[in-house]
Amino acid sequence: MSIITVQLGQCGNQIGGQLFHTFMEDVHSKPLATQVAPDKNEDYKDEVLSRFFYRGESREEMPRARAVMVDMEPKVIAQTYQEAKRSGTWCYSEKQHYCQQRGSGNNWAHGFCIHGPACQSTVMELIRREAEKCDNLGGFLSLMSLAGGTGSGVGAYVTRCLRDEFPHAFIMNQVVWPYKMGEVIVQNYNAVLTLSRLYHNVDAIIVMENDHLHKICQQLLSIKKISFKDINKVICHKLATMLQPCPLSKYTGDTCSNSIGEMLEHLVPHPDYKLLTVKNIPQMSAAAQEFSTYQWHGLLKHLRQMLISDAPMEEGIDWQVRVNSQGSHHNTSLANLLLLRGKESSSADTAPFSDSALYAPWIPPDAALMTGVQPRAFNHYEKSASLISNSQSPVTLMDSMVGKAWDMFSSRAYVHQYAKHGLTEDEFLDGFATLEQVIANYKHL
Amino acid sequence: MRQFYDDCNPHQHSEMTQSIVVQVGQCGNQIGYRFWDLALREHAAVNKNGIYDESVGSFFRNVDSRYENASDIPFGQGQGKIKSLKARAVLVDMEEGVVSEMTKGPLREVFDFQQLITDVSGSGNNWAVGHKMYGTQYREKLSETIRRAAEFCDCLQCFFVLHSMGGGTGSGVGTSILNLLADEYPDVYRFVTAVYPSSEDDVVTSPYNSVLAMHELTEKADCVLPIENQALVDIVNKIGQSVPSAKLGKRVYNASGVKAGSAIIDGEGGLSKASDEKPFDSMNNIVANLLLNMTSSARFEGSLNVDLNEITMNLVPFPKLHYLVSSQTPLFSLSDVHLPPRRLDQMFSDAFSRDHQLIKADPKHSLYLACALMVRGNVEISDVRRNIERLKPNLKFIHWNNEGWKTGLCSVPPVGQNYSLLTLANNTCVHNTFVDLRDRFNRLYKRKAHIHHYTSVEGMEVDDFSSSIDSLNSLVEEYKGLERQMNNPTPPEPRLEIFK
Repeated sequence: MSIITVQLGQCGNQIGGQLFHTFMEDVHSKPLATQVAPDKNEDYKDEVLSRFFYRGESREEMPRARAVMVDMEPKVIAQTYQEAKRSGTWCYSEKQHYCQQRGSGNNWAHGFCIHGPACQSTVMELIRREAEKCDNLGGFLSLMSLAGGTGSGVGAYVTRCLRDEFPHAFIMNQVVWPYKMGEVIVQNYNAVLTLSRLYHNVDAIIVMENDHLHKICQQLLSIKKISFKDINKVICHKLATMLQPCPLSKYTGDTCSNSIGEMLEHLVPHPDYKLLTVKNIPQMSAAAQEFSTYQWHGLLKHLRQMLISDAPMEEGIDWQVRVNSQGSHHNTSLANLLLLRGKESSSADTAPFSDSALYAPWIPPDAALMTGVQPRAFNHYEKSASLISNSQSPVTLMDSMVGKAWDMFSSRAYVHQYAKHGLTEDEFLDGFATLEQVIANYKHL
Repeated sequence: MRQFYDDCNPHQHSEMTQSIVVQVGQCGNQIGYRFWDLALREHAAVNKNGIYDESVGSFFRNVDSRYENASDIPFGQGQGKIKSLKARAVLVDMEEGVVSEMTKGPLREVFDFQQLITDVSGSGNNWAVGHKMYGTQYREKLSETIRRAAEFCDCLQCFFVLHSMGGGTGSGVGTSILNLLADEYPDVYRFVTAVYPSSEDDVVTSPYNSVLAMHELTEKADCVLPIENQALVDIVNKIGQSVPSAKLGKRVYNASGVKAGSAIIDGEGGLSKASDEKPFDSMNNIVANLLLNMTSSARFEGSLNVDLNEITMNLVPFPKLHYLVSSQTPLFSLSDVHLPPRRLDQMFSDAFSRDHQLIKADPKHSLYLACALMVRGNVEISDVRRNIERLKPNLKFIHWNNEGWKTGLCSVPPVGQNYSLLTLANNTCVHNTFVDLRDRFNRLYKRKAHIHHYTSVEGMEVDDFSSSIDSLNSLVEEYKGLERQMNNPTPPEPRLEIFK
């Protein structure tokens, strides 16, 4: 099963470069840290390489990322390409990138209405080329930010083209929500326009919030001067804990591989609810890892509370939040996917996550939780758990983002910049309406 | 990088965009001259191997100057050495003095003689002479000359027009050129650095010239950076005071503790020698640095790039309100390596103090519509966020843009500094500057003083005066209307409701 990664805009390309690096770092874990016998490790390694990389006829070739890079200005793609080469363990394929010169100016309309159609045929050709190299295409993972103009605007356009060309493929977009303050002024407009379009065309949207990631860097990883590189490492850690091979237990009793299809079929039971978040535990600096051992019971207890109280990390969890308690609200889920990796993972007790009190009342009990167990440890973490949830978690942020965008729209500020490239006020209103519906759906779970 | 560009480069074009500087009139050309000197200095510092790369290409052509008609060396694989750089500049003046000195001075090789347009008698501090007379007379030549410069660009993104407002050429011909650019290159951004006259300006008609020019700037520019000479003088003085043995308007010396070349007023390290230095060079270097800092993120790499089109997108919420208050820090860095570098956070605080601004307006008591922080050097996103959190409570932002910050992070610092910050603020305080200008205009206009000098120029009507003042009035009203919302925000429309 192979996954093609589409890297869109500066953010998407920077994350993409780090993601493949993270996969390789994991693959090259020290033998003792893998927690499994060498032959099992080789199987794991092979599966990772075939999932995310292409090795051509001879397996001796440098693995090449199954990726397409798109940006409207050249500097980032060039850097990402070079950094990959320098790693010595993998690289990008030649000519699997598309870049223009002028950028999108943080203008979603410029990205969607102008650059999108202009790049369509070339980008789709690159994607087809990548797809042809897959024996068994599992789906697409697109990486983009919501704040800018290319990732968001061109990203939304390319996603629609993907859906048109591959109507039955699984399409998952990982989107980065900008810091509430400080990156791009028109970020809320760009986010509304992007999310509303994506909703119609993708199977799932994985939400990563810069403010949360920043806290993780600050409090768990104790990084003093946090850079976007640090943020991206956290994002890639989360994505990798979801995407690295992990056998899943289906409710029928069989096991299957954690292909995008299997995961999304479970996580997205209803097309109105497509927002996913990833919580994982433990998360610490490489230095701290050497001295830490955990028990599954403790890890899962924290993870469950993180879910219920919607905490982004294992510090500062609000233990007062309870399910089943009158009048108090907890983060309600539609579906959860719990992936356990490492030592004794098969013996961990996951029953607390099946508790029907965690879920919306209309979810059938055996459809609520799916678990996966991978004895081979992830990236030197003796034990690690990741919880991919379809829950109310992103709604507060979405609500606030729509509110601010609406405030700005009421004064029609910046609207002329979008109109210049052909975006009408009606199209803005459509975007607002779609998201208000999504927010209402999630709130009423 | 080179191999990569090979792959990306079937047509062997530069991958980055280019900008053209159009410098008009005495002031515009003096500022432009300092800009080119400092731009060369900056690129030489970054580009040690003398390779003609993308970022040099954004402002310079690479030419083989052995020939009379210096031929453009195509960008090719991006591995070529710099042979001889030519500025992507068009120099215009209706007097010969300034431009002719420039073409004889140490930078003469940098200017393409086919991109100079001069006349002899000047515009007599009369906007009508500049705009209506010379503007019309030279329209075709200007169009051809600019077209030539544009054709040397693979992907022209932006024009920078430099001129003063108070005179006749910069103000009149400058705005005539602005119109031409808007007509012939509608998709190319037009950034204007405009030097506004102070109230003690010795040109009597400067209010007329300024208001007439403002009308054009409001209608045709994408973005205007107003500059006031008084602000520049104050910055020069402030640096002078910080460093006792420095002489005003002259180079700041190493011995007194300021690192050579680091001061924002300093031209050391450029092609011009100390003996060439002119009285206004320090002031003009500040403006030259503004242009370098504003374009740094488009030219060099960084973790959060900000291209020029992002500046207009984020900072201009309504089409006419495109006048930005700029401020730059630090003013210099210390040469004594044993002294700790000024704390990074101090740089952010200083940027919001009035004495680092290039105009004298007071943003703290007015309303921010948007603000951009263009950071250079070893600074991360967390540093920026920490400072925004710290400074935000003292700044008033319009209610629908309470988090209206745009951030750019460029890894390459300016020459002689470890880091720097340029803030570009769209703040309603600019309207006070325009109100002063309007008042000075009205004092003259109600007596009809000097009007006949203008109306006697063919093509100039009294209507031009009234429509210009109307335009200025309506601009001021638009700012005031927003400012009224400071304490009294207009409630937004209620959000869309979903029916179950």
